[in-house]
Amino acid sequence: MASIAKIARRSFLIGSAAIIGGVAFGAYYVSRPAPNPLKPGDGEAALNPFVLIDQNGVTLFAPRAEMGQGVKTSWAALIAEELDAELDQVRVLHGPAAKAYYNSAFMADALPGKGYDTSNFKHSIGEALGHFGKVLSLHGTGGSTSMKDGFKRMRLAGASARETLKQAAAERLGLSRSQFSTAKGAVITPDGTAIPYADLAIEAAKLEPVEAVLRPRTEWRLIGKSQPRIDMVEKATGTAEFGIDVRLKGMKFASLRMNPRQGGGMKSYDATAASAMPGVEKVIDMGAGVAVVASNTWLAMRAVEAIEVEWEDAPYPRETHQIFARIAKAFEEDPNSVMRDDGDAGQLPSGATELKADYQVPYLAHATMEPMNATALLERDKLTVWCGNQMPTFTQSKCAAEAGLDGEQVDIRTTYLGGGFGRRVEFDYAVLATRVAKEMPGVPVQLTWSREEDMRHDMYRPGAMARMRGAVKDGQAVLLDGKVAAASPTHQAMQRLAGFTPSGPDKVQVEGFFNPPYAIPNFRMAGHLSDIEIPVGFWRSVGNSFNGFFVESFIDEMAHAAGTDPMAFRLDLARREWAPAAGVLEAVKAMSGWTGSTPEGTGRGVAMCYSFGTPVAEVIEVVEEDGTIRIAKAWIACDMGQAIDPAIVKAQMFSGMAYGLSAACFGEITFADGAAEQGNFPDYDALRMHTMPQTEVQVLETQTHMGGAGEPGTPPAAPALANALFDLTGRRARQLPLMHEFDLLV
Amino acid sequence: MSTTLRINGKRHQVELPGEVPLLWVLRDEVGLTGTKFGCGVAACGACTVHIDGEAVRSCQVALSDVWGDVTTIEGLGTPQAMAAIQKAWVDHQVAQCGYCQSGQIMQAASLLAENPAPSDAEIDEAMQGNLCRCGTYPRIRAAIHAAAKALQEA
Repeated sequence: MASIAKIARRSFLIGSAAIIGGVAFGAYYVSRPAPNPLKPGDGEAALNPFVLIDQNGVTLFAPRAEMGQGVKTSWAALIAEELDAELDQVRVLHGPAAKAYYNSAFMADALPGKGYDTSNFKHSIGEALGHFGKVLSLHGTGGSTSMKDGFKRMRLAGASARETLKQAAAERLGLSRSQFSTAKGAVITPDGTAIPYADLAIEAAKLEPVEAVLRPRTEWRLIGKSQPRIDMVEKATGTAEFGIDVRLKGMKFASLRMNPRQGGGMKSYDATAASAMPGVEKVIDMGAGVAVVASNTWLAMRAVEAIEVEWEDAPYPRETHQIFARIAKAFEEDPNSVMRDDGDAGQLPSGATELKADYQVPYLAHATMEPMNATALLERDKLTVWCGNQMPTFTQSKCAAEAGLDGEQVDIRTTYLGGGFGRRVEFDYAVLATRVAKEMPGVPVQLTWSREEDMRHDMYRPGAMARMRGAVKDGQAVLLDGKVAAASPTHQAMQRLAGFTPSGPDKVQVEGFFNPPYAIPNFRMAGHLSDIEIPVGFWRSVGNSFNGFFVESFIDEMAHAAGTDPMAFRLDLARREWAPAAGVLEAVKAMSGWTGSTPEGTGRGVAMCYSFGTPVAEVIEVVEEDGTIRIAKAWIACDMGQAIDPAIVKAQMFSGMAYGLSAACFGEITFADGAAEQGNFPDYDALRMHTMPQTEVQVLETQTHMGGAGEPGTPPAAPALANALFDLTGRRARQLPLMHEFDLLV
Repeated sequence: MSTTLRINGKRHQVELPGEVPLLWVLRDEVGLTGTKFGCGVAACGACTVHIDGEAVRSCQVALSDVWGDVTTIEGLGTPQAMAAIQKAWVDHQVAQCGYCQSGQIMQAASLLAENPAPSDAEIDEAMQGNLCRCGTYPRIRAAIHAAAKALQEA
């Protein structure tokens, strides 16, 4: 099936060529369908942008970044459900960067409102708004959106393709379409003969796509059941191709060193020694740094270290304490948002007990296992870039700008991602590879960052601070009044992408701060934006990652001040606000056998956060063994409405918690002389085999609207652990990482 | 400088300075990309291969110091003919992003070669140098136990 490569090659000509064999369907409209990026050749039918059939079989396109979340499998399952194809019969490809592959769920989360209170009417507005993702070419993966986005659209794509294939069979045999059925990748004729879809490719290619109605849930074969992941054999045999594994004829290998004081330039450099080192072919001035092209990545890395460079200063304060002093200054300014202001939080209710606490969390690196890298080849009027990335159309336009080409002259080949966590939403690594490729025309060059370069040039989770004030009375919460201060990932990302800063309230900065599903009569939450210029970006669960810690730690403090069991305290607040939030608390209470008391040497904590449409509760149990504290057990419950693949959802919930616990225990990026002090895993460790708790996960499906899975497991992890440590030691952690205050098992 | 290596049962002659780490010989010279670069300082285990059956971090072994036959993930089994441990990995649906898994599998294979029925504590001990940022550890543990059983029954 060499034609797939041809299709991929041809398909960067989006919108410039006639579509052969199919168009997109009504479900993808804003006003008219986005051009089908698949340009089938003779004998191939691209029934829509997601289904391609030729003589060799069925190819499904899952244009979402596979970074471990199983989207390749789940997305294909949605199409295959209605197409009546088996997952082991089809081939699944990512496909090119294309407007038709826009994400319809990105925009819906931008609507004002708490999220969990969304009515059906508002939900449908969110869906409609989402289709502007097409206008903006928002082809991307992130925000725990893939299943919300694909759930209806991909089933429609499968159903339409199925009905079109039936129509082709009907026309061949001179019968009517309703006389045919489909099963296991074949159209079944009235006499029971199976015609494989591949045999109908040529005829189907000539037809207008047929619109179809979706099957009821009771007829689903794949959705709601765990499927074997289609990337599993590749990943168990070392044959899965990540960006760093791309190998091309005549390829060279490069590495780089950019100013560790991020945003600062380069005064001068001396590459005399480096140029003479073995394997070195070229030294490149990268503007704010240097790159070396060599015959081997390690030789390039060694040579780039040998270049003497004089760096300029960073545009932000040099030391960590100065940085946080600057962030704290944002509290003195008017808030950017007050997205919750219920009752009168200014007034202490009579007879209530007031408490106040300040919290602070550090900058965090994403630290994907696969360091940043990209491979680029610049030929005459054409650039090809291979990399794992979460935003192909953005990557395409930014690489085009760097190369001085138009977007359609740039072909983005998205590989597997060795972790994303929000880091590969950015496009810096692809643009830098393009810059190197410009100096090496006609030669493919793979630019690989050292781990140190990766960790010191991240768009970090912002350092954040909170000032919390609360009041309790008669064992209950009667007031919660909080302020959070941090730089805005959204503002910086928009600046990097489009060169402007959006105005108005920044919802992402206060997500998980203003909208915990708790009924507190006097409830006011304000977001203060810091303009500090340390690069920040989207780190798994984004604002929720710090806000979850602030709110759920302080709620715990309030419970203790009220003399109420922290589980009971939360259950009472959640029951009166939103049943699914109470439901996940009930579930972890039952799973963990929560009694409200723990034996000597054991501590338990609970936290519940609502993010990306999904409430998640976690209970963490810690034990003290010979003076060292070990995280022994964890229980997780989530309620995301319909779970497409329960095993993948469980893995994502666990993974989200693991990522959150790792950061809570050991994660911090600190600054000295303007540069990040941590450079590699010995300074930035994560939970390992022996430090990971035994965990049980329960997936509830009571919600009306579908929630996300990739991120919501992260926010409750840090506060549940901190609350468990309080239960164990009586010491309240108001700063992270916890390794500074507690003797954790490493 | 010319060095001859035996990798996955095949002889390879490579022209590289002797100090180049085995990892980068495998990946950039021999074209065996299943072995991954994660940290370069032996802190993550993504580059684990076997030399004469022993698990080593290939980012720390200089080309001139390679003392025996090298086995990489590609030499353990192929998609068409997986080793028992790879089958266990698939059966238990271990991988998420998958980047660390070659190293995890090579480390686990060497554990099982030394200890055919490791306890949870022994798995902890053997596997704690292999980092996974997705958090696939519980399924890695289950797959090691399953592979141990399969190998004993074989």
